[in-house]
Parts: sequence; structure tokens; C-alpha cells
Amino acid sequence: MNFIENIGKILIDTSRYAVEILALFFETLYWLFIGPFKGKFAKRQGIFSQMVFTGVDSIVIAFFVSFFTGIVIAMQSAYQLSRFGADIFVAPMVAVSIARELGPVLTSLVVAGRIGAAIAAELGTMKVTEQIEALDTMALNPIRFLVVPRFLALLIMLPCLVMFSDLMGILGGFLVGVFNLGLNPYRYITFSFEFMAWKDVWTGLVKSAVFAVIIAMVGCYMGLNTKGGAEGVGKSTTLSVVTSFILIILFDAILTGIFYFIKT
Amino acid sequence: MDREVIIKADNVKKKFGDRAILNGLTLEIYRGETFVIMGGSGCGKSTFLRHIIGALKPDSGSIHLLGKNLANVTDDEMDKLKKKIGMCFQSAALFDSMTVGENVSLPLREHTKLDQSVVDIVVKMKLELVGLRGFEDLMPSQLSGGMRKRVGLARAIVMDPEVVFYDEPTAGLDPIVAGVIDKLILDLSKKLSITSVVVTHDMKSVFSIADRVAMLYEGKVLEVGKSEEIKQSKNPMVQQFIVGNPDGPIRFFQQKDDYIEQLLK
Repeated sequence: MNFIENIGKILIDTSRYAVEILALFFETLYWLFIGPFKGKFAKRQGIFSQMVFTGVDSIVIAFFVSFFTGIVIAMQSAYQLSRFGADIFVAPMVAVSIARELGPVLTSLVVAGRIGAAIAAELGTMKVTEQIEALDTMALNPIRFLVVPRFLALLIMLPCLVMFSDLMGILGGFLVGVFNLGLNPYRYITFSFEFMAWKDVWTGLVKSAVFAVIIAMVGCYMGLNTKGGAEGVGKSTTLSVVTSFILIILFDAILTGIFYFIKT
Repeated sequence: MDREVIIKADNVKKKFGDRAILNGLTLEIYRGETFVIMGGSGCGKSTFLRHIIGALKPDSGSIHLLGKNLANVTDDEMDKLKKKIGMCFQSAALFDSMTVGENVSLPLREHTKLDQSVVDIVVKMKLELVGLRGFEDLMPSQLSGGMRKRVGLARAIVMDPEVVFYDEPTAGLDPIVAGVIDKLILDLSKKLSITSVVVTHDMKSVFSIADRVAMLYEGKVLEVGKSEEIKQSKNPMVQQFIVGNPDGPIRFFQQKDDYIEQLLK
């Protein structure tokens, strides 16, 4: 009985989280699109500082992750392809897999760990030290004031980071192809772009936008619902990273499925 | 005496889970007075405060703030009400990412169209009131506990509110700083004729600032009256609380089941 009870409890908790995160999402959209018409803009300064924190400061880590992923894919695929004398197909292999899948997903996972955790920890600390409540008593809506800038920053910067990652991944593969496999650089590049369709890039960017929404909403939700001091902040930080990771992978599967069936 | 009632709570009840925190609380607070709400930890003082500022909704009963029933105000009206009140938090609740000056000026910058130069002047005036002029560029983490509370107070009064709420303003401060805060609360009430509602269990500050005092116990008003009347109260519970006697009608132990029984379980 206990086992079934546990499953039921997990199901109920999960659906409650889902409903509340969706509610937060819609409220964020309200403050983003309808609030400004009532003269209540989100703080511009806040958005820019969040964009620097989310985007510019993540460039180094995004570079390392995707650059080395590009190198690894190039080597691994060369290992197989060289048996058929098809070394040159390393180029489209790297370009397409990075643009479609690994660029968006790996970058988003890194950003979820870096930014999602930071958001949850910051908002969580603000919550347990009554700062959220203070904002509210000053008639400043915490969602407009804290969530919207972070949401916008992620939504704008994550696709940018993903584009950067795509390029860096391809560069990694290029270096392996040219210096290790001895391919002609010009042929490597033309081959890459010959096989890479526009769809490969935009599906990756759509994915990254969805992941940005997930990271922002989960991080903000966990932060704003923090309870009980330092331990609570730790818990919601962990929970935000874990939940973002799971949701990113889950939505990656769903979106890949959808894009697979859309034949354009 | 028919003074304007600025806050009116009528039979307010609130439950968290199975525990009734507020249990039929009825209270009236008049304009311009310094009203102290005292009571032991967990008696519902802070919860009641959060009901008045609209952060919590009562399960039953009604609360009127500045003549409006909080149960049926719209969000916009609530925002307008919130601009007329100030709240001074127990932990000061300063925004860590902003300087002292930005903290104090935040409501002005958000809710008014005042020029930055005017805002700066107002901030200087408010900080002067709390004795911290010249500290505008420090971060909250560089201040001591007492200074943070005073900045929080400056922020609470920066919009020239009609009512200021203080949640345990002297808790955790040394006696001198506590005295300074008490004097500040009195000064503000007299100089700016602000209604002050102070939640505290610091007896010294209760009787040095209060016009009227309400003692809460188990989510109800045990006794309410002028500061002197409460001091002379015949109610043994009130006397026990004032003196701080561990033995008396107020039970310190909150467990309901029997100690021996639980040990032998």
C-alpha cells in the first residue's frame, strides 16, 4: 500500500508543480505583453544586467562545451567513416548533429546549471529574507520586477548562445578534419553547408527558445516558493537544476518528434 | 471619543493546516496613534500584520484598511492602498543588490515621475530622519543590524505613508540602538503624524512608545487599552507577560499529549 501511496503522492506533487509553473508562465506573459499597456514596464536596466549575466558571462563555458563536443564528434565519426573511405562526411555529420541537437541541448543544460541555479538561489534567498514580501508591500509585483527581466534575458540570450555554440562546435570539427584527418579546408566547409539545411538551424533555435522558457520558469518558480532558511535555498537550487534538466531532455524528445514529422 | 478608525479587523480567523493561528480577532486602530500589538511567539501577531497588508487573506471575518474592505478590493486598488502604507520588516529586508540610496528611493523611482534630482533630495531627507545621511552609496551588507533596520525604516516612510507597520523593530538589537529605534518611531508619529502599528514583545519599548496596547493570546485579543491601563491590568496573563514570569496561566509547553506517556511509548 505504501508503494502505491508514494506513487500517488509523486503524481499529485508533479501535477501541482506543473500547474503552478504554468500559472507563473502565464502571469509572466501577462506582465510582458499586457502590463506595459497599463504603464507598468519591466525595468530596462534590470533586463540588460540580466542579459549580460546570462549571455555574455556564459560565453566561455558555452565555448568549451561545444568546441570540445565538436572535436569529439568529429573523431568518433571519423573512426567509423574512415573504414568506408568516407572521411569527408565527417563535415556534415558534425554540422548537422551540432546544429540540430547537441548545440541547443548541451548549451541549455550548461545554462540551466549556471543561470537556473543562480536564479533559484537568488530569488530563494530574497524570499527567505522577506525581500519578496517587501517588494509586494511596496506595490511592486515580484513577477514584473524579478521574473520578467530574467525570463526575457534568457529568451533572448539562450538562442544567441546556441548560435555561438553551433559555430564553435563546427570549428572544433573543422580543426580535427583539417589537421588530423587531412581534409581540404575548403571542401570541409562547402560540404558542411551543402548538407546542412536551414531547417537544421531553426529547429535548434526553436528548441533553445523553449529550453530558455523552461530554465527561467523553473528557476523562478523554485526560487519564489522557497521555504525555510538556508536549507530551503539549497533545496530549491538543487530542485531547479534537476527539474530543468529533466524537462529539457523531455521537451527535446517531444520537439524532435514534432520536427521529425513536420516535413518541410 | 470618536476618532477616525483607520484599521478595523472584525472576527478574523485564519488556519494553517489544523492549527488555528487567528481565532476571531477583533481590533480597531485610530488615525495618528501609536498602537502596539504584543503577545508571545506564535500567538499570531505577525500573521495578523500580514493580513492587514494584504499578504494573507483571512478564512473568515473582514479587515478594513483606510476605509476599504480588503476582501473585495481589486488588484489596482490594493496597489493604491499599498502605496499609502509602509512596512518595516523584522530583518529589514533590504535588497542586497542595491545600495542604501537605491533601496530607499526604489518606491519613488517606481511609483512617481519625480526627477532624479528631486528623488535624491527626498532620499537625503529620509536618511537624515533616521540619522544615516551620507550612507547612500554603501551596500546593505556593509551595514550593522541596527543601521539596516533604520534604512528599512527610511524606505518604509519614503512615500510619506499614512500608516507604518513595524514587525519587531527592536528584536535582536542592543539596548541603546533599541532605544534609538523607539525614539525614531515616536518622532515619526509625532513629527509626520503617521499612524504606527508596532508588533513587538519587547516590554521596555511597548511602554515607552505605545498610546494603546493590545495583548494577543491564542489568536484572540486578550486585552486592549491605553498603555497605562495595560500596565495596571488585573488580568494575570497580561501581568505574567509583562513581568516575564515562566510560571503562570500562560503555558510555555505547547504539546498536548502527556510527557510520561510519550516517553514510555
